[in-house]
Amino acid sequence: MTTLLTPPVAAPAGPWAPQPAVIRDVRPETPGVTTYCLEFTDRHAAAAYRFRPGQFNMLYLPGIGEAAISVSSDPAELGTLRHTVRAAGNVTRALARAKPGDRLGLRGPFGTGWPLAGGCGQDIILAAGGIGLAPLRPAIYHLIRHRADYGRVILLSGARTPQDLLYASEYDAWRAGGVEVETTVDIGDGDWQGNIGVMPVLFYRLRLDPRRTHVWTCGPEVMIRFVIFEALARRIAPAHIHLSMERNMSCAVGLCGRCQFGPVFVCKDGPVFTYERLQPYLHVEDL
Amino acid sequence: MSTAFPTGSFVRVDKPALHALVDRLREAGYRVIGPAVSQGAVVYEELRPGADLPVGYTDDQEAGRYRLKKADTENHFDYTVGPHSLKNFLFPPRTTVLETIRIRGDWRMQVPEPPRERLAVIGPRACDLHALAVLDRVLLDGPWVDPDYQARREGLFVVAVQCGRSAPTCFCASMGTGPAAASGFDLALTELPDHFVFQVGTERGGQALAGLPCRPCTADEVAEAQGVPRKAGQQQRRRLDPAGLRDRLLQNLEHERWDEVARRCLACANCTMVCPTCFCTQVREVTDLGGDRARRERLWDSCFTDEHSYMNSGTVRKATRARYRQWLTHKLATWVDQFGTSGCVGCGRCITWCPVGIDLTEEAAAIAGGSP
Repeated sequence: MTTLLTPPVAAPAGPWAPQPAVIRDVRPETPGVTTYCLEFTDRHAAAAYRFRPGQFNMLYLPGIGEAAISVSSDPAELGTLRHTVRAAGNVTRALARAKPGDRLGLRGPFGTGWPLAGGCGQDIILAAGGIGLAPLRPAIYHLIRHRADYGRVILLSGARTPQDLLYASEYDAWRAGGVEVETTVDIGDGDWQGNIGVMPVLFYRLRLDPRRTHVWTCGPEVMIRFVIFEALARRIAPAHIHLSMERNMSCAVGLCGRCQFGPVFVCKDGPVFTYERLQPYLHVEDL
Repeated sequence: MSTAFPTGSFVRVDKPALHALVDRLREAGYRVIGPAVSQGAVVYEELRPGADLPVGYTDDQEAGRYRLKKADTENHFDYTVGPHSLKNFLFPPRTTVLETIRIRGDWRMQVPEPPRERLAVIGPRACDLHALAVLDRVLLDGPWVDPDYQARREGLFVVAVQCGRSAPTCFCASMGTGPAAASGFDLALTELPDHFVFQVGTERGGQALAGLPCRPCTADEVAEAQGVPRKAGQQQRRRLDPAGLRDRLLQNLEHERWDEVARRCLACANCTMVCPTCFCTQVREVTDLGGDRARRERLWDSCFTDEHSYMNSGTVRKATRARYRQWLTHKLATWVDQFGTSGCVGCGRCITWCPVGIDLTEEAAAIAGGSP
């Protein structure tokens, strides 16, 4: 009767295994926001790892939990990974106490990235609010490195206060790399000479050719809605507006059901979506 | 009588031979799961050697109501579906997905070995087999496979039961998912007053019967057995019209009925716990007191909880209206986008086990059928 029983099958690797990594460097950015430079402890894992700008990793602190964090480093910089994190939940607050040399787990990369190929030959507006610039920074590095492949590259960066403008020390280098950088803050201070107003108002002064303009945006959801509004008002096609969504992600591979937004799983179908795809759902409250 | 019965054949089996089949599956190395009476309901439990299958029970189900009763027959399967489904065993409420140990300051992170035990389940109905096919699509057919589910699913031996009656909460006939089980089983039994008719679904199913007191059915006996689930289907009064349901629901995301049902719904999550296809989970970090060992435990979750849609910026679905809408539209509409099938198999468990008797078929019809 042994034929009644099928033999056990070899188990697939599965989505749950993190790779051990070590924190090499901790760099304070803006108030409450820190960039962690990570390296895999396993040489083979380090050599095999590639990510596309816009993708995210799950960072695991044993005993604390996991958090989905987008990669904010240059995809061409092999061997190290940077994650820019705002201390907000239990994992990110525990991470805020971490020091160089501390160990953690990392699994990824997960999700979709910014449409680097689809944007070739086009003008690209990167519209970022606060820490929403973090998942766009790898794309900025890519665009600068392949500057001749794109038309205009315009970064619209908004923050609550001048101190909250992320990566501000890099803006001059980005300008030198051919990026038009425009900034605005909600609340100025005594030294601030620039724009005051919410990020989408930066669209007002742009002279755009809507037929060749693509928008890549990330930030608070309410900001994203207004960026879409401004883009549509300038007749930019819904298929050319790309947004990075945030939802509660636990498994990162579409198996736990928590990051659903209408028909999509934000973790595996996104986080980067075209507005065209999310159009029927983005304006439904509490979906 | 020792040769195996061919796939597709029908076999007449004496009723006492059911225990012999259970013993044989256990001897072959299976952990055998079957119906048992517990806390006033028929549930699935491991069938220990010598344990009797419940005999002479039937159930009385309505929206918000389940009562187990003594039947006026000595049949094994006069009851319909209880609160458990195959999900409880193939996708258990709690599993460990990662184990971590700190050794000399270094974390060693390891995915536990997948379970090696093989399950044989006696009693799933046609709706349950369809639910399993739905779970397969969710957990096996995507870019990522759930290794725990895969290991449990791989060796599963199914002895399905053809329904002899429908509960008032059943609506599988309208969903095309029952009551007759047509595939997805190794054996499917139909209970008649003085014998069982087994339909052989797989080669190993046929082997499992070989040598038991049984013989091939006559054409009349096959016809008699096939009439049993047909009659059960004719009893069904509840129905869900799946044609165009996805579009009609998604066009009514602001229907006032969502507010109305939210005033009745307790957001207790019972419907998601008894649903044979609901698969949402959360992962909980479990540590020892020393802090050198941590385990990541995956638990069933529900879209009716606050934590399900929690982000640092706040909970997305704060009100019961939003949570009920998420559940119903996922089950009946967006599931189709995600997995090419409805997430509902018409088993009626969510109707029976809703403490306030909310009826999914009624809500779907009110929202998708009428004007807002």
